[in-house]
Amino acid sequence: MAHTEAAHGHNYLNHEKGLWSWMTTLDHKRIGLMYLGTVLFFFLLGGVFALIIRMNLMSYGHPVVDAPTYNKLMTYHGAIMVFLVIIPAIPGAIGNFVLPIMLGAKDVAFPRLNLASYYIYLAGAIFACLALFFGGADTGWTFYTPYSIRTSGAVIMVVFGAFVAGFASILTGLNFIVTIHKLRAPGQTWTRMPLLCWALYATSVIQVLATPVLAITLLLLIFERVFKVGIFDPALGGDPVLFQHFFWFYSHPAVYIMILPAMGVISEVIPVFSRKPIFGYRAIAASSFGIALVAFIVWGHHLFVSGQSELANFIFSLLTMFVAVPTGVKVFSWVGTMYRGSIRFNAPMLYAFGFLELFMIGGLTGVFLATLAIDVHLTDTYFVIAHFHYVMVGGSIMGLLAGMHYWFPKVTGKMYPEKPALIAFILVIIGFNLTFFPQFIAGSQGMPRRYWSQLPEFDFYNRLSTYGSWFLAVGFVYVAFYLLKAAKNGPKAGDNPWEALTLEWTTASPPPHDNFAVTPTVTSWPYEYKTKKI
Amino acid sequence: MLNTGYKQSFSLPLQGSDVAVAWDGLYWFLMALSVFFFVLVIGGMIYFAIAYREKPGRKTKYIVDDHMLEAVWTIIPTILLMVIFGWGWGVYKKMVQAPSDAMEVRVIGKQWLWNFQYEDGRLETGKLVVPLNKPVKLIMSSEDVLHSFFIPNFRVKQDVVPGMYTSVWFQAKVKGEHQVFCTEYCGASHSGMLAKIEVLEPEQYALWKANKPYELSGVKTASTDILASMQASSKLANANVPLPEQGKKLVETKGCLACHALDGSNKIGPSYKGIFGHEVELADGSKVTVDANYIRESIEKPQAKVVKGFNPVMPPYTKEMISESELGAIVAYIKSLK
Repeated sequence: MAHTEAAHGHNYLNHEKGLWSWMTTLDHKRIGLMYLGTVLFFFLLGGVFALIIRMNLMSYGHPVVDAPTYNKLMTYHGAIMVFLVIIPAIPGAIGNFVLPIMLGAKDVAFPRLNLASYYIYLAGAIFACLALFFGGADTGWTFYTPYSIRTSGAVIMVVFGAFVAGFASILTGLNFIVTIHKLRAPGQTWTRMPLLCWALYATSVIQVLATPVLAITLLLLIFERVFKVGIFDPALGGDPVLFQHFFWFYSHPAVYIMILPAMGVISEVIPVFSRKPIFGYRAIAASSFGIALVAFIVWGHHLFVSGQSELANFIFSLLTMFVAVPTGVKVFSWVGTMYRGSIRFNAPMLYAFGFLELFMIGGLTGVFLATLAIDVHLTDTYFVIAHFHYVMVGGSIMGLLAGMHYWFPKVTGKMYPEKPALIAFILVIIGFNLTFFPQFIAGSQGMPRRYWSQLPEFDFYNRLSTYGSWFLAVGFVYVAFYLLKAAKNGPKAGDNPWEALTLEWTTASPPPHDNFAVTPTVTSWPYEYKTKKI
Repeated sequence: MLNTGYKQSFSLPLQGSDVAVAWDGLYWFLMALSVFFFVLVIGGMIYFAIAYREKPGRKTKYIVDDHMLEAVWTIIPTILLMVIFGWGWGVYKKMVQAPSDAMEVRVIGKQWLWNFQYEDGRLETGKLVVPLNKPVKLIMSSEDVLHSFFIPNFRVKQDVVPGMYTSVWFQAKVKGEHQVFCTEYCGASHSGMLAKIEVLEPEQYALWKANKPYELSGVKTASTDILASMQASSKLANANVPLPEQGKKLVETKGCLACHALDGSNKIGPSYKGIFGHEVELADGSKVTVDANYIRESIEKPQAKVVKGFNPVMPPYTKEMISESELGAIVAYIKSLK
């Protein structure tokens, strides 16, 4: 093998030294790690807010914070988790690190733009969080008008932070699209491209097309607050429901920005640990684009009780049903891949199982909410809260954890320990279901969302949820603990511990600065796991 | 349970109307389908994981796709989804098309209370009284921000939007008290913006309409939090009562108690108990004595002098909302709370 650089222990981690070399790096691998660190910091912050929210709701009549504080906490929990964690997590961290290597490239197409994206994201994040010291915002992460126009506090700062962070998303999407088109290795035709790349491609298209709409919407909101131009506030001659249309025109596709990359990770993990080709490669790749396309024409299902017309409700409910078809194709194909395979139970595969369990529940309850009549009763209750946590945490965060374990040996050159990983996985799965499953029941019974104080009849479910949140917290902290420990002192992993076939496993672990000593040539698709006795 | 035809199940609230019965049928159909697909996929996953776990001598099979199978799992879900959509639309039409003989009541949402205005001019706060079995159509609007009117027992919900009218209708089949929630986030006391619907037998409804004592029987599915006192005080309507008692009724019906306690505990705003004639410290450190003028200012311009430790979240009350004579009664009541 031609890893002469790597043979001498020369890799991207020790290519240059010092904090400054990291801050000014143009290496996609280092930028990916910077994203990961920042995203996980905000995950911790948003998680702490969630724990306080659960403590507050644990028992009727025993709040731990006052109502205005609670409303700020729920706003920040949502805004941080959506804009600063889940949207950048997999594209920014895993995508940045893995995508160019999977394509056999030295870097992304525009390395400087890539670093700029990171700093734009960081600037937006810091701005939004600094607003906490200027009164914060209590609007909910959706910034619905006219409340967001009229409430006091630093709403403009938070909105501006989200506005700025959006540009990072647009630029990363642009960078990935060009990288995928232009930098694939010789022989890597479109149908030889790993499915994660397809998923990131579909995601990037949504990021580039949808995020500008959010930017315009947030800018209009700032304009209305500062200059009192009537756009959304009826007191100024505006239309409050217009804001909801604008907002969800971005934020519904954004849901697929959050879930598609996780689906890509799962599509990589399952064949590797089943020792079998992925089932239905073309269908999975095409369904990513099917989802991306439908994503743009279903936003109105967030507005079934907003006062929009019955005709609009009819159309949006009908269209929304079609989200379930390509999603179902993916799920069936993943389980089909396991059929007559040889299943290995390493942590990435465990998280793929976890993903399937949680995402199935999230997806099926999504059909409930797409159904017009059913949504009327369930919308704005905890049923919706449970549904999107099953999709966002159960989907995206399980995907992120699967990816973090799967590529851990590639990123660090070390191996994480399997036994603590199993224990943490069990804690996370129990904690997650205990936290969010009771919310389906409470929500069906009518428990409203965004309530500082819930009625005593819901106490039982609220208590279960709060207990669950503790398991979940311990599980996540444990993952951080053993991964950090293994990154420092873990045993050497070798270049390809999973015997995987995608290109990133053909180079050294950790990879050299330029990824490959010699540009690889691709001669087959990346799932050519031939029948063999093991 | 009084009415045997309308049930309360494990995960759903009481069925208070025929729409609720139709809704529940679709809900349980979706639940059954979901359980089927969950067991199919996750059961399959677990079975494959165990049956095909890695062991020496295991041979894998090289399969890349199967067009027949892929067609099946594309077409069957599509058909099922269209059935679900059609059924959902059918129930939705029942939910939104009010019968033409429906009785109309106007609903005005404001931070953080519900006002109900009847055709005969009667105004109720926090309590909507309707006759059993009579279709009721609510014509709703908001004085400030978005709210949403949600009656779990009737499975209906509709946003209440400033600057436009929206409507919702129901036909109550179960007498008693039914809970109403605000389900569109509206600020500090969003979770205190509750109301209840009293469904009365027609004779009792006639008594209520004639301002006579009436009997409320049936289910009790509304929270009694802050509402019981409202109900008690509404019986005082139009009576010749002392000023502090009028004030008591006013603070209960104008939504003050959503944020202000009467027992000395601090909610979103300070308690009324024992403040009159005493000095309080303001947010800027200065001090002020609570007198009639301070109470007036705190109602009309709440942000002017905020007591230390509280957030400036109270909306101002104009003369249209609290009249001059009502203001006097409120001052008298607060003065009486030693």
